[in-house]
Amino acid sequence: MLSDKDRIFTNLYGLKDWGLEAAKMRGDWDATKAILEKGRDWIIDEIKASGLRGRGGAGFPAGLKWSFMPKEPTGKPHYLVVNADESEPGTCKDRDIMRHDPHKLVEGCLVAGFAMGADAAYIYVRGEFFNEAATLDAAVQQAYDAGLIGKNACGSGYDFDIYVHRGAGAYICGEETALLESLEGKKGQPRIKPPFPANTGLYGCPTTINNVETIAVAPTICRRGAAWFAGFGRENNTGTKVFCISGHVNNPCNVEEEMSIPLKELIDRHAGGVRGGWDNLKAIIPGGSSVPCLPKNICDDVLMDFDSLREVKSGLGTAAIIVMDQSTDIIAAIARLSKFYKHESCGQCTPCREGTGWMWRVMERLVTGDAEIGEIDMLLDVSYEIEGHTICALGDAAAWPVQGVIRHFRDEIEDRIASRRSKTAA
Amino acid sequence: MAKLTIDGKEIQVADGITVLQACEEAGVEIPRFCYHDRLSIAGNCRMCLVEMEKAPKPIASCSMPVGDGMAIHTNTETVKKARNGVMEFLLINHPLDCPICDQGGECDLQDQAMAYGFDHSRFSENKRAVADKNLGPLVETHMTRCIHCTRCIRFSTEVAGVEVLGATGRGENMEVGTYVEAAISSELSANIIDLCPVGALTSKPYAFEARPWELSKTESIDVMDAVGSNIRVDSRGREVKRILPMLNEDVNEEWISDKTRYACDGLAKQRLDKPYVKKGGKLHSAAWHEALDVIGDKIRGLDGRKIAAIAGDQCDAESMMALKGLMDGLGSPNIDCRQDGAKLGGGSRSGYVFNTTIAGVEDADVCLIIGSNPRLEAPIINARLRKRAGAGGFRVGIVGENVDLTYRTEHLGAGPDTLKEIADGTHPFCDVLRSAERPMLILGQGALARADGTAVIGAARLIADNTGMVSADWNGFNILHTAAARVSGLDLGLMPGDGGQDVVGILDGAASGDIEVVYLLGADEIDVSKLTDAFVIYQGHHGDAGAHVADVILPGAAYTEKDGTYANTEGRVQRGRRATSPPGDAREDWAILRALSDVLGKTLPYNNIVELRAHMSESVPVLGEIDTLTPSAWSDHGEIAEMDSAPFESPVTNFYMTDPISRASETMAACTETFVKEGQKTGTDG
Repeated sequence: MLSDKDRIFTNLYGLKDWGLEAAKMRGDWDATKAILEKGRDWIIDEIKASGLRGRGGAGFPAGLKWSFMPKEPTGKPHYLVVNADESEPGTCKDRDIMRHDPHKLVEGCLVAGFAMGADAAYIYVRGEFFNEAATLDAAVQQAYDAGLIGKNACGSGYDFDIYVHRGAGAYICGEETALLESLEGKKGQPRIKPPFPANTGLYGCPTTINNVETIAVAPTICRRGAAWFAGFGRENNTGTKVFCISGHVNNPCNVEEEMSIPLKELIDRHAGGVRGGWDNLKAIIPGGSSVPCLPKNICDDVLMDFDSLREVKSGLGTAAIIVMDQSTDIIAAIARLSKFYKHESCGQCTPCREGTGWMWRVMERLVTGDAEIGEIDMLLDVSYEIEGHTICALGDAAAWPVQGVIRHFRDEIEDRIASRRSKTAA
Repeated sequence: MAKLTIDGKEIQVADGITVLQACEEAGVEIPRFCYHDRLSIAGNCRMCLVEMEKAPKPIASCSMPVGDGMAIHTNTETVKKARNGVMEFLLINHPLDCPICDQGGECDLQDQAMAYGFDHSRFSENKRAVADKNLGPLVETHMTRCIHCTRCIRFSTEVAGVEVLGATGRGENMEVGTYVEAAISSELSANIIDLCPVGALTSKPYAFEARPWELSKTESIDVMDAVGSNIRVDSRGREVKRILPMLNEDVNEEWISDKTRYACDGLAKQRLDKPYVKKGGKLHSAAWHEALDVIGDKIRGLDGRKIAAIAGDQCDAESMMALKGLMDGLGSPNIDCRQDGAKLGGGSRSGYVFNTTIAGVEDADVCLIIGSNPRLEAPIINARLRKRAGAGGFRVGIVGENVDLTYRTEHLGAGPDTLKEIADGTHPFCDVLRSAERPMLILGQGALARADGTAVIGAARLIADNTGMVSADWNGFNILHTAAARVSGLDLGLMPGDGGQDVVGILDGAASGDIEVVYLLGADEIDVSKLTDAFVIYQGHHGDAGAHVADVILPGAAYTEKDGTYANTEGRVQRGRRATSPPGDAREDWAILRALSDVLGKTLPYNNIVELRAHMSESVPVLGEIDTLTPSAWSDHGEIAEMDSAPFESPVTNFYMTDPISRASETMAACTETFVKEGQKTGTDG
């Protein structure tokens, strides 16, 4: 279990003031200039050594991503874009970081931006996060006023601007290239890759897009050292992570914990256990709505990290744990997620535009049992026709929950169909 | 060069092309809907998925650039499954109404469904229905059929340069439309019908008219403007059903203007299908020999100087050649092909053609437009200019009306005063022209069809000389014509001979009585009120202005009804082909003149079109060089003289009605109502 001294987000619950002075008391903005003076390569190497993987869901190694940015000036501005469009159902970690610990993010922008040679950072905040954007905006202003960012940031001689931009509430704008489109004032639709943003990103300029949490932990890693951060979790899954635990637990919460903590331990220790006891557990979605759910027997001993969850055909995603007890109609729960993805599909590419609606409609019928047994396999097949065939990962995200429920709860679906059939026959 | 393997076959391709293009080079066909050579890459239909080794999932070949050492597989089970899947998704919400769909028989979705579709549907839900949009009089929509490939959006934004089409809504509620209901205000709008891979955008005037397999298809040349767009005339029986573009990279690429496409319904209206002779102030239909005899009686014995001829804007070279031959035979020097009075012709061809060539526009880096609105006078050339502007590093200055050409322009001035400053080298734009590597200028008819036209040409020539527009491998001096017949007319020398009168002189002469007989060969864009006292012979295909003052009408053939030679504004000689027969007693024009020459005893020395063309090639060799362009020598065009200070005005104010055919067209009338008159309506209108 993570001890208090090793927590990065020491004001995650907003028990203290978010402002600059209080943040400094918690250690933010401490010798930031010294970090910058160690140079771009040092920061990137440190992040690489720490093993930090992107916290937005895909888990791409952050240091490696930063190193893709051009080393030499290209004649164009370079940008850091922070993805604060946190819309994945079940996920609420970036929100707490922004409203309670915004200076972690602001300082992170400076450190990460410096490491990748960015001229400015744009923080794209989810439209619904009005208060969070206001707090963040105020924090940015505080940092400007204190000379921490802007011209000659922290006295380092490096100029760096931060802009806070609010979205309009579309889930797809959390996809990094759709976010760029939206930021540019266009319809939020993912771009085709290549070209990758590191080469042609915002306004056609080299751009790196990172999640709020990824950026916010960077200064602490630089201060406390890569080895410290890498000391948590298993190899390739290192560090601390904010987990969002929601659903049928006694004490839903956000909690920063070590990576690779067993799922059961995480829930029991921090969320007060499953409602009605662990045996009352039915299924858990371990990484935000887009990853396949896991039945109780897998949840018993699975570790919360990228690799072990992938081994059980799910994923860490955003580490948003949605707990469902035995009272849950799992088919209806997943059908609701299908409706969400149908609603949030941007409509650009065929499989997702047409397939999400199809899956949702079949799922709705499975909820009532108004279907043929053969349609379960057909639904699975449709989900495979979407997965991997779309421009962005929303197609996968829509397909996975459906695949998960069919994989683990096929019996229940078949029973539902059979019982409806017997009822209508009677 | 990149070396890659496609289905186990190694192939070398140019860097920077896409996997899809490389597959095509390797002879492997990749299905696609959203991809189009001339539009930006959208990558959204997902039909072109292929497998790439080392990639975790299939890649969209249309958007993936080739890389050295790539290994592509297009025939694996994964690829097959992916394509089948995409096809299934496209079809689940597509109404299978092919039997009543105008696209049926020439539909990409229909064709590819044959190859990649299932024979049954697994989709048991309700299908989506989408409200149709009103895009104006040309484009019919059936939005339920839309597969969201966004080709139409990309065309209108990128090629036509009007940002009216876009997608609204999200997911399965995404709709292509115009945001607020509006007609697509572009002269190229109907090209989106060709681009639409399904039947979502179809042709409104052609709706339910015919099936593609019933039509006979004739490749020909357009005469609605001087671009010489390559077209395909689709006809059934005697009727021209529709006109489609043909690919010609040097001329129209694969676009045509809305007038080229849709004026064809005018071919069935207001036609002259019988010879007419005026008796007692009224026109009566007559037999051919009667009509020719009436002319013979009038002309025989008349002094050639009292006879005059004007050739119209859509005449083929053959008929103009015959007209010229006849007038020479009659000893008349009064002949002119410049209805608008443009001060062009004589001297080397470089003085009256678009020397840069249409494709050459893409090599230019500065353009000076003088007295022209290419958007209305030649939309296809304007699209090239826009394409060049889109590539960057292209400045366009305008002397004349400050019009929206769909790309960025600088308005330098309204008329000759500015032109003079540029010619004198005192205007700041001179530096731009001088520092350019390949500068060009476009001189429109609006600057030439005026009394000081020769001086305007002189000033433009001076600009060309002073700014290095003409060199061994570049000629930036361009005349933009509006009439399809004009260049060949000038080539053939249809201009006043010694002591002869030009159009103005002929009209004045006819009014004053100096000229007694006026022969109008399809000439309608003149002030016919001056012809009331003269004996007027009108040879043409439509009952337009010229026919109204005629004493004898000889019914000719429209451009789709005859084999004809046309030189476009570049001087490119192309041959149109006969798609249908002329109506009633109408005949091909050169043959009418040949017959008349016989009656007049001045028999022309050819008995068929082959002999005529041989004669033509002999006297004007350039008209025999089909589809080739030979640059002509540069010389001192125009003259340096005082210019009037009246501003330049484009001759085309209503793009949709410029000639007898488009004036007779109901579709063009509807367009005029929608696009031209819309802006003039008042609040109490209607």
